[in-house]
Amino acid sequence: MAMKFSTFRRHIREGTKNIVRNSWMTVASVGAVTTTLVLVAAFLILILNLNQVVDNIENDVEVRVYIDLQAEEEEIEELGDQIAGLNNVESFYFQSKEEELEMLIEDLGEDGEAWELFEQDNPLNNVYVVNTERAEDLSGVASRIETFENIEDVSYRSDVVDRLLDFNQYARIIGGVFVAALLFTAIFLISNTIKMTITARSTEISIMKLVGAKNNFIRWPFFVEGTLTGVLGTIIPIGLVLGGYHYLYTNLNDRIDFPFIELLPWDPFAWQLSLMLLGIGAFIGIWGSVMSVRKFLKV
Amino acid sequence: MIEMKNVHKVYKNGVTALNGVDTFIDAGEFVYVVGPSGAGKTSFIKMMYREESPTKGNVYINSVDVASIKERKVPLLRRSVGVIFQDFKLLSKLTVYENVAFALEVIEENPKKIRKRVMEVLDRVGLKHKARFIPDQLSGGEQQRVAIARAIANNPKIVIADEPTGNLDPETSWEIMRLFEEISASGTTLVMATHSQDIVNKMRKRVIAMENGKIVRDEHRGEYGYEV
Ligand SMILES: Nc1ncnc2c1ncn2[C@@H]1O[C@H](COP(=O)(O)OP(=O)(O)O)[C@@H](O)[C@H]1O
Ligand SMILES: [Mg+2]
Repeated sequence: MAMKFSTFRRHIREGTKNIVRNSWMTVASVGAVTTTLVLVAAFLILILNLNQVVDNIENDVEVRVYIDLQAEEEEIEELGDQIAGLNNVESFYFQSKEEELEMLIEDLGEDGEAWELFEQDNPLNNVYVVNTERAEDLSGVASRIETFENIEDVSYRSDVVDRLLDFNQYARIIGGVFVAALLFTAIFLISNTIKMTITARSTEISIMKLVGAKNNFIRWPFFVEGTLTGVLGTIIPIGLVLGGYHYLYTNLNDRIDFPFIELLPWDPFAWQLSLMLLGIGAFIGIWGSVMSVRKFLKV
Repeated sequence: MIEMKNVHKVYKNGVTALNGVDTFIDAGEFVYVVGPSGAGKTSFIKMMYREESPTKGNVYINSVDVASIKERKVPLLRRSVGVIFQDFKLLSKLTVYENVAFALEVIEENPKKIRKRVMEVLDRVGLKHKARFIPDQLSGGEQQRVAIARAIANNPKIVIADEPTGNLDPETSWEIMRLFEEISASGTTLVMATHSQDIVNKMRKRVIAMENGKIVRDEHRGEYGYEV
Protein backbone atom coordinates (compact mmCIF):
# COMPACT_ATOMS: atom_id res chain seq x y z
CA MET A 1 0.00 0.00 0.00
CA ALA A 2 1.38 3.36 -0.97
CA MET A 3 2.04 5.90 1.72
CA LYS A 4 -0.32 8.81 1.92
CA PHE A 5 1.23 12.19 1.24
CA SER A 6 0.15 13.43 4.66
CA THR A 7 1.98 10.51 6.22
CA PHE A 8 5.10 11.34 4.23
CA ARG A 9 4.89 14.90 5.51
CA ARG A 10 4.43 13.54 8.99
CA HIS A 11 7.64 11.50 8.72
CA ILE A 12 9.61 14.54 7.55
CA ARG A 13 8.15 16.60 10.38
CA GLU A 14 8.81 13.99 13.05
CA GLY A 15 12.32 13.30 11.77
CA THR A 16 13.13 16.98 11.92
CA LYS A 17 11.62 17.38 15.39
CA ASN A 18 13.63 14.40 16.62
CA ILE A 19 16.80 16.37 15.93
CA VAL A 20 15.68 18.81 18.61
CA ARG A 21 13.95 16.29 20.88
CA ASN A 22 17.07 14.19 21.20
CA SER A 23 19.40 17.17 21.37
CA TRP A 24 22.30 15.56 23.23
CA MET A 25 22.26 12.59 20.92
CA THR A 26 22.18 14.92 17.93
CA VAL A 27 25.24 16.71 19.28
CA ALA A 28 27.08 13.41 19.69
CA SER A 29 26.18 12.13 16.24
CA VAL A 30 26.85 15.43 14.48
CA GLY A 31 30.19 15.57 16.31
CA ALA A 32 31.11 12.10 15.09
CA VAL A 33 30.23 12.92 11.50
CA THR A 34 32.05 16.27 11.70
CA THR A 35 35.26 14.70 13.01
CA THR A 36 35.15 11.99 10.38
CA LEU A 37 34.57 14.41 7.55
CA VAL A 38 37.28 16.83 8.64
CA LEU A 39 39.68 13.90 8.45
CA VAL A 40 38.28 12.78 5.11
CA ALA A 41 38.64 16.31 3.73
CA ALA A 42 42.20 16.70 4.96
CA PHE A 43 43.09 13.36 3.47
CA LEU A 44 41.46 14.09 0.13
CA ILE A 45 43.10 17.50 -0.14
CA LEU A 46 46.48 15.92 0.50
CA ILE A 47 46.13 12.89 -1.72
CA LEU A 48 44.47 14.62 -4.67
CA ASN A 49 47.10 17.33 -4.70
CA LEU A 50 49.90 14.77 -4.51
CA ASN A 51 48.27 12.99 -7.36
CA GLN A 52 48.24 16.18 -9.30
CA VAL A 53 51.95 16.76 -8.64
CA VAL A 54 52.81 13.25 -9.73
CA ASP A 55 50.71 13.73 -12.86
CA ASN A 56 52.51 16.94 -13.69
CA ILE A 57 55.91 15.35 -13.30
CA GLU A 58 54.87 12.33 -15.30
CA ASN A 59 53.81 14.58 -18.13
CA ASP A 60 57.20 16.26 -18.02
CA VAL A 61 59.43 13.24 -18.22
CA GLU A 62 60.09 11.89 -21.68
CA VAL A 63 62.39 9.59 -23.58
CA ARG A 64 64.57 11.33 -26.15
CA VAL A 65 65.59 9.16 -29.08
CA TYR A 66 68.61 10.57 -30.96
CA ILE A 67 68.45 9.42 -34.54
CA ASP A 68 71.62 8.39 -36.37
CA LEU A 69 72.92 11.24 -38.53
CA GLN A 70 73.32 8.87 -41.48
CA ALA A 71 69.71 7.66 -41.38
CA GLU A 72 67.65 8.06 -44.59
CA GLU A 73 64.19 9.63 -44.52
CA GLU A 74 62.45 6.23 -44.99
CA GLU A 75 64.50 4.77 -42.19
CA ILE A 76 63.44 7.60 -39.89
CA GLU A 77 59.81 6.98 -40.79
CA GLU A 78 60.22 3.27 -40.18
CA LEU A 79 61.67 4.01 -36.75
CA GLY A 80 58.62 6.15 -36.01
CA ASP A 81 56.34 3.23 -36.90
CA GLN A 82 58.32 0.95 -34.61
CA ILE A 83 57.96 3.38 -31.71
CA ALA A 84 54.26 3.69 -32.42
CA GLY A 85 53.98 -0.08 -32.16
CA LEU A 86 55.36 -0.21 -28.59
CA ASN A 87 53.21 -0.82 -25.53
CA ASN A 88 52.82 1.91 -22.90
CA VAL A 89 53.67 4.69 -25.34
CA GLU A 90 51.19 7.47 -24.85
CA SER A 91 52.38 9.79 -27.59
CA PHE A 92 55.51 10.80 -29.48
CA TYR A 93 56.61 13.41 -31.97
CA PHE A 94 59.42 14.08 -34.34
CA GLN A 95 61.69 17.05 -33.83
CA SER A 96 64.16 17.98 -36.57
CA LYS A 97 67.72 19.03 -35.77
CA GLU A 98 66.88 22.58 -36.86
CA GLU A 99 64.09 22.77 -34.31
CA GLU A 100 66.44 21.27 -31.72
CA LEU A 101 69.02 23.95 -32.36
CA GLU A 102 66.42 26.69 -32.20
CA MET A 103 65.27 25.42 -28.80
CA LEU A 104 68.81 25.15 -27.55
CA ILE A 105 69.57 28.72 -28.55
CA GLU A 106 66.41 29.89 -26.91
CA ASP A 107 67.12 27.95 -23.70
CA LEU A 108 70.63 29.31 -23.36
CA GLY A 109 69.64 32.94 -23.97
CA GLU A 110 72.73 35.17 -24.26
CA ASP A 111 75.09 32.21 -24.29
CA GLY A 112 73.06 30.73 -27.06
CA GLU A 113 74.18 33.32 -29.54
CA ALA A 114 77.42 31.44 -29.97
CA TRP A 115 75.49 28.47 -31.24
CA GLU A 116 73.95 30.50 -34.01
CA LEU A 117 77.20 29.94 -35.83
CA PHE A 118 76.25 26.32 -36.23
CA GLU A 119 73.11 27.12 -38.16
CA GLN A 120 74.94 26.39 -41.40
CA ASP A 121 76.52 23.19 -40.19
CA ASN A 122 74.20 21.78 -37.52
CA PRO A 123 75.91 19.08 -35.41
CA LEU A 124 72.74 18.06 -33.58
CA ASN A 125 70.58 14.99 -34.19
CA ASN A 126 67.01 14.66 -35.30
CA VAL A 127 65.03 13.26 -32.35
CA TYR A 128 61.87 11.44 -31.48
CA VAL A 129 60.40 12.63 -28.17
CA VAL A 130 58.39 9.83 -26.56
CA ASN A 131 55.89 10.18 -23.67
CA THR A 132 54.88 7.08 -21.77
CA GLU A 133 51.62 6.41 -20.01
CA ARG A 134 53.27 6.17 -16.59
CA ALA A 135 56.67 7.16 -15.25
CA GLU A 136 57.55 3.60 -14.34
CA ASP A 137 57.24 2.64 -18.02
CA LEU A 138 60.06 4.96 -19.08
CA SER A 139 63.03 2.64 -18.59
CA GLY A 140 61.28 -0.29 -20.28
CA VAL A 141 60.32 1.77 -23.30
CA ALA A 142 63.80 3.30 -23.51
CA SER A 143 65.57 -0.06 -23.43
CA ARG A 144 63.34 -1.46 -26.13
CA ILE A 145 63.94 1.54 -28.39
CA GLU A 146 67.68 1.02 -27.91
CA THR A 147 67.39 -2.28 -29.80
CA PHE A 148 66.02 -0.54 -32.91
CA GLU A 149 68.15 0.38 -35.94
CA ASN A 150 69.46 3.86 -36.83
CA ILE A 151 69.76 5.12 -33.30
CA GLU A 152 72.67 7.01 -31.87
CA ASP A 153 71.42 7.32 -28.32
CA VAL A 154 68.33 7.00 -26.10
CA SER A 155 68.09 9.05 -22.92
CA TYR A 156 65.72 10.09 -20.22
CA ARG A 157 66.13 11.89 -16.91
CA SER A 158 66.56 8.81 -14.75
CA ASP A 159 67.24 10.85 -11.60
CA VAL A 160 63.87 12.61 -11.83
CA VAL A 161 62.09 9.40 -12.62
CA ASP A 162 63.67 7.46 -9.78
CA ARG A 163 62.83 10.14 -7.31
CA LEU A 164 59.31 10.32 -8.63
CA LEU A 165 58.88 6.59 -8.27
CA ASP A 166 60.24 6.70 -4.72
CA PHE A 167 57.94 9.55 -3.91
CA ASN A 168 54.99 7.64 -5.31
CA GLN A 169 55.88 4.69 -3.13
CA TYR A 170 55.99 6.82 0.03
CA ALA A 171 52.79 8.58 -0.91
CA ARG A 172 51.11 5.23 -1.23
CA ILE A 173 52.31 3.99 2.15
CA ILE A 174 51.41 7.22 3.90
CA GLY A 175 48.07 7.26 2.12
CA GLY A 176 47.40 3.67 3.20
CA VAL A 177 48.19 4.43 6.84
CA PHE A 178 46.04 7.52 6.67
CA VAL A 179 43.09 5.61 5.19
CA ALA A 180 43.39 2.91 7.84
CA ALA A 181 43.50 5.46 10.66
CA LEU A 182 40.60 7.30 9.12
CA LEU A 183 38.42 4.25 8.72
CA PHE A 184 39.24 3.13 12.24
CA THR A 185 38.33 6.50 13.71
CA ALA A 186 35.17 6.81 11.68
CA ILE A 187 33.94 3.32 12.51
CA PHE A 188 34.76 3.75 16.17
CA LEU A 189 33.04 7.12 16.46
CA ILE A 190 30.00 6.22 14.48
CA SER A 191 29.42 2.76 15.89
CA ASN A 192 29.72 4.20 19.38
CA THR A 193 27.16 6.83 18.58
CA ILE A 194 24.88 4.22 17.09
CA LYS A 195 25.20 2.08 20.20
CA MET A 196 24.19 5.03 22.32
CA THR A 197 21.29 5.79 20.05
CA ILE A 198 20.15 2.19 20.13
CA THR A 199 19.99 1.97 23.89
CA ALA A 200 18.22 5.28 24.13
CA ARG A 201 15.76 4.44 21.41
CA SER A 202 14.88 0.81 22.10
CA THR A 203 12.08 1.64 24.55
CA GLU A 204 10.73 4.21 22.16
CA ILE A 205 10.62 1.73 19.29
CA SER A 206 8.97 -0.99 21.37
CA ILE A 207 6.26 1.45 22.45
CA MET A 208 5.62 2.44 18.85
CA LYS A 209 5.18 -1.20 17.99
CA LEU A 210 2.72 -1.67 20.84
CA VAL A 211 0.59 1.12 19.46
CA GLY A 212 0.48 -0.65 16.09
CA ALA A 213 3.16 1.09 14.04
CA LYS A 214 4.48 -0.89 11.12
CA ASN A 215 8.24 -1.19 10.68
CA ASN A 216 8.40 1.26 7.81
CA PHE A 217 6.40 3.79 9.75
CA ILE A 218 9.01 3.63 12.50
CA ARG A 219 11.91 3.62 10.08
CA TRP A 220 11.02 6.72 8.07
CA PRO A 221 11.53 9.43 10.72
CA PHE A 222 14.79 7.73 11.71
CA PHE A 223 15.83 7.89 8.10
CA VAL A 224 15.00 11.59 7.90
CA GLU A 225 16.71 12.25 11.22
CA GLY A 226 19.80 10.35 10.10
CA THR A 227 20.02 12.26 6.83
CA LEU A 228 19.70 15.58 8.61
CA THR A 229 22.25 14.59 11.24
CA GLY A 230 24.69 13.61 8.50
CA VAL A 231 24.10 16.86 6.63
CA LEU A 232 24.48 18.94 9.81
CA GLY A 233 27.77 17.15 10.32
CA THR A 234 29.04 18.50 6.99
CA ILE A 235 28.65 22.18 7.88
CA ILE A 236 31.97 22.59 9.70
CA PRO A 237 33.99 20.40 7.31
CA ILE A 238 32.60 22.20 4.27
CA GLY A 239 33.29 25.56 5.91
CA LEU A 240 36.85 24.45 6.60
CA VAL A 241 37.31 23.23 3.04
CA LEU A 242 35.95 26.37 1.40
CA GLY A 243 37.72 28.75 3.77
CA GLY A 244 40.82 26.76 4.69
CA TYR A 245 41.65 25.63 1.20
CA HIS A 246 41.20 29.14 -0.06
CA TYR A 247 43.75 30.32 2.49
CA LEU A 248 46.09 27.48 1.61
CA TYR A 249 45.74 28.03 -2.10
CA THR A 250 46.34 31.78 -2.03
CA ASN A 251 49.18 31.68 0.50
CA LEU A 252 51.01 28.50 -0.34
CA ASN A 253 50.86 28.36 -4.10
CA ASP A 254 52.93 31.54 -4.58
CA ARG A 255 55.63 30.35 -2.23
CA ILE A 256 56.31 27.07 -3.93
CA ASP A 257 58.78 27.59 -6.74
CA PHE A 258 58.90 24.10 -8.15
CA PRO A 259 57.55 24.00 -11.66
CA PHE A 260 55.65 20.74 -11.08
CA ILE A 261 54.11 21.64 -7.76
CA GLU A 262 50.95 23.55 -8.11
CA LEU A 263 47.88 23.12 -5.91
CA LEU A 264 44.59 22.23 -7.52
CA PRO A 265 42.71 25.47 -8.13
CA TRP A 266 40.26 26.39 -5.38
CA ASP A 267 37.47 26.73 -7.92
CA PRO A 268 36.28 24.09 -8.80
CA PHE A 269 38.26 21.76 -6.49
CA ALA A 270 36.91 23.12 -3.18
CA TRP A 271 33.35 23.02 -4.51
CA GLN A 272 33.66 19.51 -5.81
CA LEU A 273 35.14 18.37 -2.53
CA SER A 274 32.34 20.08 -0.58
CA LEU A 275 29.72 18.34 -2.67
CA MET A 276 31.47 15.07 -2.06
CA LEU A 277 31.54 15.70 1.71
CA LEU A 278 27.84 16.47 1.62
CA GLY A 279 27.21 13.13 -0.06
CA ILE A 280 29.43 11.21 2.34
CA GLY A 281 27.85 12.97 5.34
CA ALA A 282 24.32 12.16 4.24
CA PHE A 283 25.37 8.59 3.54
CA ILE A 284 26.96 8.13 6.97
CA GLY A 285 23.87 9.59 8.63
CA ILE A 286 21.48 7.37 6.74
CA TRP A 287 23.62 4.29 7.22
CA GLY A 288 23.92 4.99 10.94
CA SER A 289 20.21 5.47 11.43
CA VAL A 290 19.33 2.40 9.39
CA MET A 291 21.74 0.34 11.49
CA SER A 292 20.38 1.66 14.75
CA VAL A 293 16.74 0.79 14.05
CA ARG A 294 17.36 -2.47 12.24
CA LYS A 295 18.00 -4.47 15.38
CA PHE A 296 14.69 -3.52 16.96
CA LEU A 297 12.55 -4.03 13.95
CA LYS A 298 13.63 -7.62 13.71
CA VAL A 299 11.10 -9.95 15.24
CA MET B 1 -14.97 -10.78 21.48
CA ILE B 2 -12.04 -12.72 22.94
CA GLU B 3 -11.81 -16.49 23.03
CA MET B 4 -9.04 -18.77 24.26
CA LYS B 5 -8.94 -22.51 23.72
CA ASN B 6 -6.56 -24.68 25.70
CA VAL B 7 -3.86 -22.00 25.75
CA HIS B 8 -0.44 -22.99 27.05
CA LYS B 9 2.57 -20.75 27.39
CA VAL B 10 5.99 -22.04 28.25
CA TYR B 11 8.70 -19.37 28.18
CA LYS B 12 12.17 -20.06 26.81
CA ASN B 13 13.53 -20.47 30.33
CA GLY B 14 11.13 -23.36 30.90
CA VAL B 15 8.62 -21.52 33.11
CA THR B 16 5.03 -22.50 32.41
CA ALA B 17 3.02 -19.27 32.65
CA LEU B 18 -0.26 -20.53 31.18
CA ASN B 19 -1.28 -24.12 31.61
CA GLY B 20 -4.46 -24.82 29.69
CA VAL B 21 -6.56 -21.67 29.68
CA ASP B 22 -10.09 -21.69 28.21
CA THR B 23 -12.24 -18.60 28.30
CA PHE B 24 -14.77 -16.61 26.38
CA ILE B 25 -15.21 -12.86 26.80
CA ASP B 26 -18.14 -11.43 24.93
CA ALA B 27 -18.23 -8.04 23.21
CA GLY B 28 -18.90 -5.25 25.70
CA GLU B 29 -17.98 -7.21 28.82
CA PHE B 30 -15.90 -5.73 31.64
CA VAL B 31 -13.61 -8.34 33.15
CA TYR B 32 -11.14 -8.22 36.04
CA VAL B 33 -8.27 -10.67 36.03
CA VAL B 34 -7.03 -11.31 39.56
CA GLY B 35 -4.60 -13.67 41.26
CA PRO B 36 -1.31 -13.73 43.12
CA SER B 37 1.89 -12.49 41.57
CA GLY B 38 3.25 -14.93 39.04
CA ALA B 39 -0.17 -16.50 38.47
CA GLY B 40 0.00 -15.71 34.75
CA LYS B 41 -2.23 -12.62 34.49
CA THR B 42 0.22 -10.63 32.40
CA SER B 43 0.95 -13.62 30.16
CA PHE B 44 -2.82 -14.12 29.73
CA ILE B 45 -3.19 -10.50 28.63
CA LYS B 46 -0.15 -10.55 26.38
CA MET B 47 -1.83 -13.29 24.34
CA MET B 48 -4.52 -10.81 23.35
CA TYR B 49 -2.26 -8.36 21.50
CA ARG B 50 0.32 -10.87 20.36
CA GLU B 51 3.08 -9.61 22.59
CA GLU B 52 3.56 -13.34 23.16
CA SER B 53 2.30 -16.27 21.12
CA PRO B 54 0.85 -19.37 22.81
CA THR B 55 3.06 -22.45 22.85
CA LYS B 56 -0.11 -24.45 22.29
CA GLY B 57 -3.77 -23.62 21.73
CA ASN B 58 -5.69 -20.81 20.02
CA VAL B 59 -6.44 -17.18 20.83
CA TYR B 60 -9.26 -15.53 18.87
CA ILE B 61 -9.65 -11.76 18.82
CA ASN B 62 -12.81 -10.76 16.98
CA SER B 63 -12.80 -14.26 15.40
CA VAL B 64 -9.22 -13.98 14.09
CA ASP B 65 -6.77 -16.56 15.38
CA VAL B 66 -3.96 -14.24 16.43
CA ALA B 67 -1.60 -17.09 17.23
CA SER B 68 -1.29 -17.85 13.54
CA ILE B 69 -1.30 -14.39 11.92
CA LYS B 70 1.84 -13.30 10.14
CA GLU B 71 4.27 -10.99 11.90
CA ARG B 72 3.50 -8.37 9.28
CA LYS B 73 -0.14 -8.33 10.34
CA VAL B 74 0.55 -7.83 14.04
CA PRO B 75 0.40 -4.02 13.77
CA LEU B 76 -3.13 -4.35 12.40
CA LEU B 77 -4.14 -6.40 15.44
CA ARG B 78 -2.54 -3.86 17.77
CA ARG B 79 -4.62 -1.11 16.21
CA SER B 80 -7.86 -2.91 16.97
CA VAL B 81 -6.87 -3.45 20.60
CA GLY B 82 -6.04 -0.56 22.92
CA VAL B 83 -3.47 -1.50 25.55
CA ILE B 84 -2.75 0.24 28.85
CA PHE B 85 0.14 -0.57 31.19
CA GLN B 86 1.12 -0.06 34.78
CA ASP B 87 4.09 2.05 33.66
CA PHE B 88 2.07 4.03 31.08
CA LYS B 89 4.56 3.46 28.23
CA LEU B 90 4.29 6.96 26.84
CA LEU B 91 6.85 8.30 24.36
CA SER B 92 8.85 10.48 26.73
CA LYS B 93 10.05 13.07 24.21
CA LEU B 94 6.64 13.66 22.73
CA THR B 95 3.98 15.98 24.10
CA VAL B 96 0.67 14.70 25.38
CA TYR B 97 -0.90 15.74 22.10
CA GLU B 98 1.77 14.01 20.01
CA ASN B 99 1.52 10.81 22.05
CA VAL B 100 -2.18 10.51 21.36
CA ALA B 101 -1.83 11.61 17.75
CA PHE B 102 0.71 8.85 17.19
CA ALA B 103 -1.98 6.16 17.44
CA LEU B 104 -3.91 7.92 14.67
CA GLU B 105 -0.89 8.68 12.51
CA VAL B 106 -0.05 4.98 12.30
CA ILE B 107 -3.42 4.29 10.70
CA GLU B 108 -2.80 7.18 8.28
CA GLU B 109 -5.86 9.09 9.39
CA ASN B 110 -6.10 12.45 7.68
CA PRO B 111 -4.42 15.31 9.57
CA LYS B 112 -7.60 17.32 10.11
CA LYS B 113 -9.41 14.36 11.63
CA ILE B 114 -6.36 13.63 13.76
CA ARG B 115 -6.42 17.14 15.26
CA LYS B 116 -10.11 16.92 15.97
CA ARG B 117 -10.03 13.43 17.43
CA VAL B 118 -6.96 14.05 19.64
CA MET B 119 -8.57 17.06 21.25
CA GLU B 120 -11.79 15.09 21.65
CA VAL B 121 -10.19 12.21 23.56
CA LEU B 122 -7.98 14.55 25.57
CA ASP B 123 -11.12 16.36 26.58
CA ARG B 124 -12.69 13.09 27.53
CA VAL B 125 -9.84 12.22 29.91
CA GLY B 126 -9.77 15.81 31.18
CA LEU B 127 -6.34 16.79 29.87
CA LYS B 128 -7.13 19.14 27.04
CA HIS B 129 -5.39 21.97 28.87
CA LYS B 130 -2.16 19.95 29.16
CA ALA B 131 -1.89 18.97 25.51
CA ARG B 132 1.51 20.63 25.15
CA PHE B 133 3.07 19.09 28.24
CA ILE B 134 5.52 16.25 28.03
CA PRO B 135 4.96 13.13 30.21
CA ASP B 136 7.62 14.14 32.75
CA GLN B 137 5.65 17.27 33.54
CA LEU B 138 2.56 15.26 34.52
CA SER B 139 1.54 13.31 37.62
CA GLY B 140 1.22 9.52 37.41
CA GLY B 141 -2.55 9.72 37.21
CA GLU B 142 -2.36 12.25 34.40
CA GLN B 143 0.14 10.14 32.50
CA GLN B 144 -2.16 7.16 32.78
CA ARG B 145 -5.03 9.26 31.45
CA VAL B 146 -2.88 10.15 28.43
CA ALA B 147 -2.23 6.44 27.90
CA ILE B 148 -5.96 5.80 28.07
CA ALA B 149 -6.64 8.59 25.59
CA ARG B 150 -4.10 7.03 23.24
CA ALA B 151 -5.63 3.57 23.69
CA ILE B 152 -9.13 4.70 22.79
CA ALA B 153 -8.19 7.26 20.13
CA ASN B 154 -9.08 5.10 17.15
CA ASN B 155 -12.14 3.56 18.77
CA PRO B 156 -10.90 0.02 19.36
CA LYS B 157 -13.51 -2.60 20.19
CA ILE B 158 -11.27 -4.02 22.88
CA VAL B 159 -9.27 -2.26 25.59
CA ILE B 160 -6.82 -4.24 27.71
CA ALA B 161 -5.15 -2.94 30.85
CA ASP B 162 -2.43 -4.61 32.91
CA GLU B 163 -2.58 -3.26 36.47
CA PRO B 164 -3.32 0.25 35.27
CA THR B 165 -3.65 1.58 38.83
CA GLY B 166 -0.67 -0.32 40.20
CA ASN B 167 1.47 2.82 40.46
CA LEU B 168 -1.27 5.18 41.59
CA ASP B 169 -2.66 6.25 44.95
CA PRO B 170 -6.22 5.12 45.83
CA GLU B 171 -7.89 8.40 45.01
CA THR B 172 -6.22 8.69 41.60
CA SER B 173 -7.01 5.03 40.99
CA TRP B 174 -10.69 5.74 41.37
CA GLU B 175 -10.51 8.56 38.86
CA ILE B 176 -8.94 6.15 36.40
CA MET B 177 -11.61 3.54 37.17
CA ARG B 178 -14.37 6.04 36.46
CA LEU B 179 -12.80 6.54 33.03
CA PHE B 180 -12.76 2.79 32.45
CA GLU B 181 -16.40 2.60 33.50
CA GLU B 182 -17.22 5.26 30.88
CA ILE B 183 -15.25 3.45 28.20
CA SER B 184 -17.05 0.24 29.05
CA ALA B 185 -20.40 1.98 29.03
CA SER B 186 -19.83 3.00 25.42
CA GLY B 187 -19.76 -0.68 24.46
CA THR B 188 -16.02 -1.38 24.48
CA THR B 189 -14.84 -4.76 25.76
CA LEU B 190 -12.55 -4.21 28.74
CA VAL B 191 -10.10 -6.66 30.29
CA MET B 192 -8.16 -5.45 33.30
CA ALA B 193 -5.62 -7.30 35.44
CA THR B 194 -5.51 -5.84 38.93
CA HIS B 195 -4.26 -6.31 42.47
CA SER B 196 -6.75 -3.88 43.94
CA GLN B 197 -9.20 -5.68 46.23
CA ASP B 198 -10.93 -2.42 46.92
CA ILE B 199 -11.71 -1.75 43.28
CA VAL B 200 -12.81 -5.29 42.46
CA ASN B 201 -15.09 -5.48 45.46
CA LYS B 202 -16.64 -2.04 45.08
CA MET B 203 -17.02 -1.87 41.33
CA ARG B 204 -18.55 -5.30 40.76
CA LYS B 205 -17.79 -6.93 37.40
CA ARG B 206 -16.97 -10.35 36.06
CA VAL B 207 -13.87 -11.73 37.82
CA ILE B 208 -11.48 -14.26 36.34
CA ALA B 209 -9.14 -15.58 39.04
CA MET B 210 -5.89 -17.23 38.02
CA GLU B 211 -3.44 -19.41 39.90
CA ASN B 212 -0.44 -21.25 38.53
CA GLY B 213 -1.35 -20.54 34.94
CA LYS B 214 -4.92 -21.78 35.24
CA ILE B 215 -8.29 -20.12 35.63
CA VAL B 216 -9.52 -21.23 39.05
CA ARG B 217 -12.64 -19.11 39.32
CA ASP B 218 -14.81 -17.19 36.90
CA GLU B 219 -17.87 -15.41 38.24
CA HIS B 220 -20.03 -12.48 37.26
CA ARG B 221 -20.19 -9.67 39.78
CA GLY B 222 -17.45 -11.54 41.61
CA GLU B 223 -15.23 -10.63 44.53
CA TYR B 224 -11.48 -10.19 44.72
CA GLY B 225 -11.31 -13.26 46.95
CA TYR B 226 -7.74 -13.05 48.20
CA GLU B 227 -6.33 -11.68 51.41
CA VAL B 228 -4.09 -8.68 50.95
N1 LIG C 1 9.25 -13.16 29.35
C1 LIG C 1 9.27 -14.12 30.29
N2 LIG C 1 10.24 -15.04 30.26
C2 LIG C 1 10.28 -16.01 31.19
N3 LIG C 1 9.41 -16.15 32.17
C3 LIG C 1 8.41 -15.25 32.28
C4 LIG C 1 8.30 -14.20 31.34
N4 LIG C 1 7.21 -13.45 31.67
C5 LIG C 1 6.68 -14.05 32.76
N5 LIG C 1 7.39 -15.13 33.13
C6 LIG C 1 7.09 -16.03 34.24
O1 LIG C 1 5.82 -16.55 34.01
C7 LIG C 1 5.08 -16.63 35.22
C8 LIG C 1 3.80 -15.82 35.07
O2 LIG C 1 4.15 -14.44 34.99
P1 LIG C 1 3.10 -13.32 34.68
O3 LIG C 1 2.30 -13.73 33.53
O4 LIG C 1 3.84 -12.04 34.59
O5 LIG C 1 2.21 -13.34 36.01
P2 LIG C 1 1.48 -12.17 36.77
O6 LIG C 1 1.22 -11.07 35.80
O7 LIG C 1 0.21 -12.81 37.25
O8 LIG C 1 2.33 -11.77 37.89
C9 LIG C 1 6.01 -16.12 36.31
O9 LIG C 1 6.60 -17.25 36.93
C10 LIG C 1 7.03 -15.32 35.56
O10 LIG C 1 8.24 -15.37 36.22
MG1 LIG D 1 1.70 -9.02 35.83
